Amino acid sequence: MKLPRLATLSFWKCVAAVLILIGVVAAVERYSMGLGATTHLVDTFPWGIWIGIDILVGVGIAAGGFTIAATVYIFNLERFRPILRPTILTAFLGYVLVICGLMADLGRPWAIWHAMIMWNPHSVMFEVAWCVMLYTTVLALEFSPVVLERFKLHRALKAVKAATIPLVILGVVLSTLHQSSLGSLFLIIPSRMHPLWYSNIIPFLFIISCVAAGLSMTIFESFLSSRAFGREIELPLLTDLARVVAVVLALFFTVRIQDLINRDALKYAFDGSYQSWMFLLEITLGVIVPFFLLIIRKVRTSKAGLFYSSTLVLLGFVAHRVNTAVTSMERWPDRTYFPSWQELGITMGLAAAGFAAFALIARYFDVFGEKTHNEEQHAPLRAVAMK
Amino acid sequence: MKHKGLLIDVTKCIGCRACAVACAEANNLPQEESLQLSATHYTVVQGINNDQTFVRRLCMHCNQPTCVSACLVGAFTKMDTGAVLYDENKCIGCRYCMQACPFEVPRYEWGSLAPRVQKCRMCYERVEAGGQTACADACPTGATAFGDRDELIKEARKRIDENPGQYIDHIYGLTEAGGTSVMYLSNVPFGDLGLPTNLPAEPIPDLSWRVLSQIPKYTVTAGVVLFGIHWITSRRAEVARFEAEERKRSPERNTTHTGERPRR
Ligand code: SF4
Ligand code: SF4
Ligand code: SF4
Repeated sequence: MKLPRLATLSFWKCVAAVLILIGVVAAVERYSMGLGATTHLVDTFPWGIWIGIDILVGVGIAAGGFTIAATVYIFNLERFRPILRPTILTAFLGYVLVICGLMADLGRPWAIWHAMIMWNPHSVMFEVAWCVMLYTTVLALEFSPVVLERFKLHRALKAVKAATIPLVILGVVLSTLHQSSLGSLFLIIPSRMHPLWYSNIIPFLFIISCVAAGLSMTIFESFLSSRAFGREIELPLLTDLARVVAVVLALFFTVRIQDLINRDALKYAFDGSYQSWMFLLEITLGVIVPFFLLIIRKVRTSKAGLFYSSTLVLLGFVAHRVNTAVTSMERWPDRTYFPSWQELGITMGLAAAGFAAFALIARYFDVFGEKTHNEEQHAPLRAVAMK
Repeated sequence: MKHKGLLIDVTKCIGCRACAVACAEANNLPQEESLQLSATHYTVVQGINNDQTFVRRLCMHCNQPTCVSACLVGAFTKMDTGAVLYDENKCIGCRYCMQACPFEVPRYEWGSLAPRVQKCRMCYERVEAGGQTACADACPTGATAFGDRDELIKEARKRIDENPGQYIDHIYGLTEAGGTSVMYLSNVPFGDLGLPTNLPAEPIPDLSWRVLSQIPKYTVTAGVVLFGIHWITSRRAEVARFEAEERKRSPERNTTHTGERPRR
């Protein structure tokens, strides 16, 4: 039993290593040759997948962080505590990746600190920048007990723990602001976006969908960790999360369709255009199918069922963000965009680096909160996992 | 200084490109023809309907510019002359301005390792010194006219009224996106000229501000609500714990808490 697991593990390790390597090569090209030579971005298409995936999706999957933190600390539902730390770590890594992606995308990355001293509160991008800075700090502090415990810095640990509640509240406020502001970025582009995606309620749509995606990421990540570290899975907890995901998907669907009807834009969904197909794909595979899967009890309570439904939700989420940022701006034939290999390389490399970083941190720190609870029982298991 | 502007009369344009040549010279840009705006072409002349009609493209110098509101570091400024200028020393290169501009004007130096956003500057220094823009100076037919925006609107109105049937009865730029310093008169539909016709008449920055202005309210309300929920739920959890312990009547455990029954 042990051998096949190790074999698959090293297979995924190789995949991650190759992706990271490609990403590094792409990054070197990006910084030595410039954006024009290494991306397919042009004047009429200034944003590509670095915004659509690295930024919008990276922030979105981090939404589990504020949701679970609020569940445990604000609503005092203590039984969700076992998934708190890994979720916070996922969120923190999500934000670090967002910042890395931003460094590739910005034309003048060395000037990024200007955002701190040159203020324009009328810009949604200003809100986005400040949310990134502040919420990354909050996430680092929320995760810091794990690091402080490891190095036995008891005084600092006590200080952070005392500040937990204010930190969590600040985190929820910042995170919801940030999720919605990523949607608000598009409010200013009414004339260029396809009516299937432009809407004045886009900030709300972004908040609703990020909750489904964030929780699905928690489920997804629990499964990967259980395989990688041989941990028992918190199935009843994940089933409860899956219920919430189903409700949120239903809410998203209703709000999204109502909005399309209100704006008389539903007709574009069936006009046979490229955009209409992308829309149908996004809403069917990413919302409708996982919803019906998750309301089936058998699916919701089985490992495989949960894993595949949460994967679908995540893919649908990626599709929604990419469609908003890219597909909705495309106009056949003179305005189209497909990423260059460098763009894809950096995006995939960053994603792989995210998973690798999670695995590394989980190996050296008590991410799953096992040591604090029952060190002895799990010690042998962890030893196996580390080999 | 009163806001200046340009009135571009498409019916008078003969497509000689004198404006584009003069602009390149005034701004030290290479003299090469192009049909599309670029980082090295602040203005271009485009032929429409088999070169029956010619139209210039350039920055509209909006009254309430979307680019100014969009740039997070305030790299764009609406100057006293009406010109909208860009400051590369502030820019971080996020290209939100390019995405946001309803007229798709700002262009990027894609080939550069320190790329700048580039566009027409409404010849700020010349106008500030009391002159007119290089393109208006060079135009042989008066298709590009420079002046106070107010005067140009009057002039445009006059041309429409005095030449019935020659113009579409609309000054493009009077109200589009909240009004622009560069305005167009035309005898062919403005959409055919490649100008966006689906723009709201309200200033576009308002679309974001409507949401952004809610942030302080939201922050305070959400903070209070979250803290309140936390207070209620933790009180409830405490009471539940206390009652469970009461039921067990185990004295050692009770001492771990204050020992009193929690007050409401
Ligand atoms: S046309 Fe575009 S670049 Fe020019 S002032 Fe208006 S928003 Fe700014
Ligand atoms: S690219 Fe530069 S000028 Fe344009 S919005 Fe970003 S920081 Fe501002
Ligand atoms: S106003 Fe000046 S910068 Fe703008 S197009 Fe005319 S000559 Fe060029």
